[in-house]
Amino acid sequence: MLHLILFLFFGTICVAGAINLLVQSHPINSALSLIVVMASLAAEYLLLGAEFVAAVQVLVYAGAIMVLFVITIMLLNAGKEERTKGSRVATLIGVPGVVLGGVLVAWTLLHRPDRLSFPVGALKGDPGDIARLLFHDFLLPFEVTSVLILIAIMGAVVLASRPEPVGRPVHTSPRPRETRELVATEKDRP
Amino acid sequence: MIPLSYYLLLSGILFICGVLGFLIKRNIITIFMSIELMLNGVNLSFVAFAAQWHALSGQVFVFFVMVVAAAEAAVGLAIIIAVYRTRETLNVDRVNLLKL
Amino acid sequence: MSITTFVIISIIKSLAVVGVLLTAVAYSVWLERKVSAHIQNRWGPTRVGPFGLLQPLADGVKFIFKEDLTQPHVYKPLYIAAPMIAMVFAITSISVIPFGNWVEIGPWGMYLQITDLNIGLLVVLGITSMGVYGVALAGWSSNNKYSLLGGLRASAQMISYEVSLGLSLVGVVIVAGSLSLRDIVDAQRHLHWNIFLQPVAFFIYLISAYAETNRTPFDLPEAESELVAGYHTEYSAMKFAMFFMAEYANMVTVACLATLMFFGGWLGPVFGPPILQMTLPVLWFCLKVFFFMFLYVWVRWTLPRFRYDQLMAFGWKVLLPLAVANIVVTALIVAWRA
Repeated sequence: MLHLILFLFFGTICVAGAINLLVQSHPINSALSLIVVMASLAAEYLLLGAEFVAAVQVLVYAGAIMVLFVITIMLLNAGKEERTKGSRVATLIGVPGVVLGGVLVAWTLLHRPDRLSFPVGALKGDPGDIARLLFHDFLLPFEVTSVLILIAIMGAVVLASRPEPVGRPVHTSPRPRETRELVATEKDRP
Repeated sequence: MIPLSYYLLLSGILFICGVLGFLIKRNIITIFMSIELMLNGVNLSFVAFAAQWHALSGQVFVFFVMVVAAAEAAVGLAIIIAVYRTRETLNVDRVNLLKL
Repeated sequence: MSITTFVIISIIKSLAVVGVLLTAVAYSVWLERKVSAHIQNRWGPTRVGPFGLLQPLADGVKFIFKEDLTQPHVYKPLYIAAPMIAMVFAITSISVIPFGNWVEIGPWGMYLQITDLNIGLLVVLGITSMGVYGVALAGWSSNNKYSLLGGLRASAQMISYEVSLGLSLVGVVIVAGSLSLRDIVDAQRHLHWNIFLQPVAFFIYLISAYAETNRTPFDLPEAESELVAGYHTEYSAMKFAMFFMAEYANMVTVACLATLMFFGGWLGPVFGPPILQMTLPVLWFCLKVFFFMFLYVWVRWTLPRFRYDQLMAFGWKVLLPLAVANIVVTALIVAWRA
């Protein structure tokens, strides 16, 4: 009973955060509501007994990836979202289609005759067991993801570094944001 | 005892919110966040199924998804910064020309 | 144990720990002022109480009665939320830290710890990493160049050094074979302290911890001579006090973690009657934490501040490779001996 209440509590927070992400017009508010979603998902993982996954969820998603998002928003000084038309196909067909599909899936899930259920915390996600699985059974995928992340690091460095103004005229358009100016001087200091 | 379908429903709702954000939002950073939301929804169903079938591999899959999400965030945000540097806008509707 | 007693005992434990933590925070401010004064050949606070011991109380009263300014140009919701975020995560991170061994009071027996998790270390690191948001959002919502720069610097610095902080602890985890803080301390019995087994990791941890808590020589986010006061330029009264308390609470947590991971936690010579046997471990723990707090203050009033590019280069080009090398060597030795 207590578990069900906790599930509903965190689930409500989760859904509220997700909807808030859609409603808010300023990216930083969207980012914060996404952080709330991730934190409450970590609580849901704890209810499922996946302790290690919950800790890593907070550490990696909420503590690292979302910080990157917040830094980018701060760095680019992103203002309120401007409303433009966008793709008409997306709004006319995509949105009703997605909602219809969602309703269909929900209906199927809730009306299945054999309701699967399981005791809470049934499967202990012990770090040792997960490590055994990760480094024995899934060793090849593990190594492949490590290569992937190495490539991603290099790609990010190449993409985000300022191109050298060698052999071509200096960018002439006026720089609109003062913060960019200041950040640039910070970075370019010898 | 919480039915598995509740978890799957929650995961579905999160995924749908992500797709809707992807379709509706115009800010490139928010669109990117919607993708993260979708990945999170999928992760929840992985963990729920792991508990259902007593197989830890479901939880291990979550780690792979997280690694891919981290790599994607690093590269994607670098691309956003590069786009902003040349176009000076974050609106995807204004980044529709191949040449400046 | 029924669920009611469990909840009551948990609440009492949490209240006690938070009370002790906040007292420790108040008196580390006193320590800072006193030690800095003696380093500079002054007396420091002397007027309020003996040795100025009531000075933290006076400071608190001052903060409460100061005018709480909210500038018209700030983004209000986040401006108000930011100090609370910083404070909440700074206090929460103490929740899995064990302070001592098993104690028995009459029929009751318990560990001196709010809760023991088998992923305790990850929980501490995770909650500490969430503390970045307080600083970053404060800098952003103030709508002030200096605040924004301070917030940007703080978030970049904290996520950079978090990497080497986490990697330096991996060596210790490999040696102990567990992520539970209690098991890690138990693995250091008979003076097998990790400071002797993992000296490189300890120094990486110490340096990264200074950067994580934004203390000199890495206090770039609030460098007075460049950024006025960094991310808390626009804050006053209790909102400023919250940042202040969060900083010192983070210092206490990091010092506790250093004690547990490298200095054997509450281990030390235990002798005498039962009452002494129960209190001595707590005393050893407090003494070790006090040593780290003193070291913090000592370093702050001795070393000058780094430049920002030096800070980043040091973190990524020196500490990170060193931490990785330490892990590889530790893993090889452990595998060879197994």
